[in-house]
Amino acid sequence: MKNFIIKEFLQIFRDKRSLIILFGIPIIQVLLFGFALKNEIRDVPIAILDNSKDLYSQQLITKILSSEYFILEENVQSEKAIENAFRKGKIKQLIVIENNFTENLERENRAKIQLILDASDPNTAGMINSYTSAIISNFEREINPSFAGVPMIIPETQMRYNPKLDSVFMFVPGVITIVLMLVSAMMTSISIAREKELGTMEVLLVSPIKPIQIILGKVFPYVILSFISALIILGLAFTVFEMPIVGNIPLLLAESLLFIIMALSLGIFISTAANSQQVAMLLSMFALLLPSILLSGFIFPLKNMPDIIQYIGYAMPPKWFVIIIKNIMIKGNGIGSVWKETLIILGFTVFFIGLSIKKFKIRLE
Amino acid sequence: MAENKSNSKAVIVKDLVKKFGSFVANDHLNFEVDKGEIFGFLGANGAGKTTAIKILCGLSHPTSGEVNVAGYDIYKQRDLIKKNIGYMSQKFSLYDDLSIAENIRFYGGIYGLSRKKIKEKTAEYIEKLGLQAYTKSMVKELPLGFKQKLAFSVAIVHDPPIVFLDEPTGGVDPITRRQFWELIYKEAAKGKTIFVTTHYMDEAEYCDRVSIMVDGRIEALDKPAILKETYNAESMEEVFIQLARG
Amino acid sequence: MKTILYIIQKEFLQIFRDRMMLPIIFVIPIFQLLILAHAATFEIKYVDLGIIDLDQSLASRALVRKFEASPFFRVKARSFSLDKLSEEMQNSRVEQILYIPANFNNELENKHPVKIQLITDAVDGAAAGIMNTYALSIVKDFNRNLLIQSKTLPLNIKSIETRTSYWYNPDLDYKTFMIPGILVLLVSIIGLFLSGLNIVKEKEIGTIEQLNVTPIKKHHFIIGKLTPFWFIAMFDLFFGLVLAKFVFHIPIVGSIGLIIFVASIYLVLVLGIGLFISTLADTQQQAMFIAWFFVVIFILLSGLFMPVENMPDWAQVINIINPIAYFIDFMRMVMLKGARFADVSYHIISITIYAILSISLATWRYKKVV
Repeated sequence: MKNFIIKEFLQIFRDKRSLIILFGIPIIQVLLFGFALKNEIRDVPIAILDNSKDLYSQQLITKILSSEYFILEENVQSEKAIENAFRKGKIKQLIVIENNFTENLERENRAKIQLILDASDPNTAGMINSYTSAIISNFEREINPSFAGVPMIIPETQMRYNPKLDSVFMFVPGVITIVLMLVSAMMTSISIAREKELGTMEVLLVSPIKPIQIILGKVFPYVILSFISALIILGLAFTVFEMPIVGNIPLLLAESLLFIIMALSLGIFISTAANSQQVAMLLSMFALLLPSILLSGFIFPLKNMPDIIQYIGYAMPPKWFVIIIKNIMIKGNGIGSVWKETLIILGFTVFFIGLSIKKFKIRLE
Repeated sequence: MAENKSNSKAVIVKDLVKKFGSFVANDHLNFEVDKGEIFGFLGANGAGKTTAIKILCGLSHPTSGEVNVAGYDIYKQRDLIKKNIGYMSQKFSLYDDLSIAENIRFYGGIYGLSRKKIKEKTAEYIEKLGLQAYTKSMVKELPLGFKQKLAFSVAIVHDPPIVFLDEPTGGVDPITRRQFWELIYKEAAKGKTIFVTTHYMDEAEYCDRVSIMVDGRIEALDKPAILKETYNAESMEEVFIQLARG
Repeated sequence: MKTILYIIQKEFLQIFRDRMMLPIIFVIPIFQLLILAHAATFEIKYVDLGIIDLDQSLASRALVRKFEASPFFRVKARSFSLDKLSEEMQNSRVEQILYIPANFNNELENKHPVKIQLITDAVDGAAAGIMNTYALSIVKDFNRNLLIQSKTLPLNIKSIETRTSYWYNPDLDYKTFMIPGILVLLVSIIGLFLSGLNIVKEKEIGTIEQLNVTPIKKHHFIIGKLTPFWFIAMFDLFFGLVLAKFVFHIPIVGSIGLIIFVASIYLVLVLGIGLFISTLADTQQQAMFIAWFFVVIFILLSGLFMPVENMPDWAQVINIINPIAYFIDFMRMVMLKGARFADVSYHIISITIYAILSISLATWRYKKVV
């Protein structure tokens, strides 16, 4: 048994390329998400059609362009050119200022501005719209005498648990889940399928080692590897991105271990079902990874997906694990608030192990 | 524009050296194989047989030396060589998930055989190897002996004048081995040159001439009978053991 | 040339014979498209709201009613204790708390500004931002009414009326945006992994040697290997387009011919990279990891989920070598905005050069002689 585990470790560690990638993926993902993927706008290329070219219109344009959000890509000269400007694909917003802008404001106290947005990305379009509107309201305030003596509600907003809406809070739980899935389920399923494909599995099966020992031996190194990956991610989040870990760390690690074991049993199950590495791989890829990316909620908010997706989500272990991590790590909750989710993952583990044993027995008979 | 002098020789090897880093796998090999001959290439595991055969087949670059196969130079006329040789490797080389006919069609097609020719070959092989019962099954369902014989037949589907066999009978029972050698004889009788590596010494007796490799060098090369006489041995096995012990 | 056909025939046979491969290639991607398209959305259906109204006045109730009337807010809890609702938030039963102080009505009557609090559970930052925006817009509306009712509006206030029109996607439907991208993603993954595993599989089972002793030409071999996967991926793409059009009712404004034309070049690119990876690796496991490594980076940076413009400069530099980024952008421009050949010529040229490069690399790295 010991020798067998050593053999597995040797095989994994000798394959340097896989190893680098194995640990490289989580690190790169964390860094990418932390530094590159920001859900806020910056330097959005816009175009302007200024029909007035007078005092206020120029002031407003200067105000818009001096914000860090927008850069002027093009000055459009006529209505006809608008469509063309968009089709070239660069600009995301076109601001149309009506004729006699200053005069209208001075004489009639009213003037019009039209914002045309490239809404093919609705989320970005929404953000651009609210940023621009905010700048325009500011401008309005500037050109008016004070608002004092006006009854009005000033809402103070507080973002609890994540005051700066830092995206680290979203992607760390997500990346941990994905990496544990990748390393645990995918690696085991492929490694077992590989032994089957190369015929070495049969050699192992006729040896005096018991099947359960073979499986344990195969799985053990991956438990360690997965655990190291999880630690790396947590470490990066803590040091590089200064994400606080509010909750109980031993509890967090214990839950991670449980999830790893669940993922491994899923991996074993996949490998008993698949007869080649290729199939095992594509199955894990499609059945595990995309759902864990999506349902971990680090890109798209988990709640409020259509009901059918929510139901599918219930059958996906990653969903539950993400809830657990977020509760412990960010909210600082104890086992009391995540016992249900923990039981569900435990249930998945038992289910997959049971299925694998059943499949395995059938094959031997 | 093949060289004329090599007309009667199938393989000419002069001072062939192959190094992997500082390890010398083939140390100045020199030998010639006549056309139509069954040439046994013997040696212990790791003596450098497979390395040499891979160079002859154009799968591997020699470090230095001259190699001429089927009248063509290994450095300049690799593609012409490939048209004129068949090769069966140690590793099983048919597609498990294809049927017998599909394997033959695939390799035949690669060698540019016509559709008609492929059909003929398929019928011929099934008949000759007694595979009638397996025409519908995938190759992975064949017994090992049949697989081996089929692999040999597929390796010579394009009727090459020279055939290289790298331990073709590994792991096969004695009866199948006998049948396999009958196949080899049949092909040799048609004028094909057979270049075969093995470590079954009884098989060495079937060869016209054998060379014995030890640690990357050819230690002996002659007809089995003469070798036995020279080394004063009852069988090829004794010859081999004497040489291998150095 | 005929040898190519034999390779193609063999590859197709092997793919179609594997009972598990077929669903993986054809059914799962379609399924994924259907699910992903629905799951990938920033839209919020509702927010579980907790209300603390310490004022209990006419004005405060009016504000509460505004929230109740909005389809986005479901009032889950009411209390007079912030601690109690905070605990509810800690246990994820409410997501947002509206706190109205006791002096609310008084201040407004005296024509003073008054502060209220909106506390949002920001564990899911993306959702928190959206919830906050919804809440603020309700407050803003309420303010406008206050101004009008109080008749204190100074007559000489200058106001700018802003009208927003959303082009290309007037309903702000996120599916319209995501589906072209998801389609690219699925086709790329299928193509990359099928081709990436292919040659290395022959290496693993040993048949590659048998092929290498044949006089087959390197480029024939590569073409023969590539073609079957090209057809499969093309089929997936085409089927995906049909789904997009008829199931999701995504407008395909641009020319379908142009899409098919560029897709056919793009797939050569993807398959070339896959075959190149395949020649580099010794085992399928390795090939898969290499492929997965790049796919992850390329997808995240491609602008599929988040706009490329918002990324730092170095990330945009990486995108110069990111094939997925080019094709996603191309698909969105043509499908949603009706971009014509000239508008996307930069994309087409880049993809073409990249395709030539990747195929050449694969052919060069595939060595018949070691």
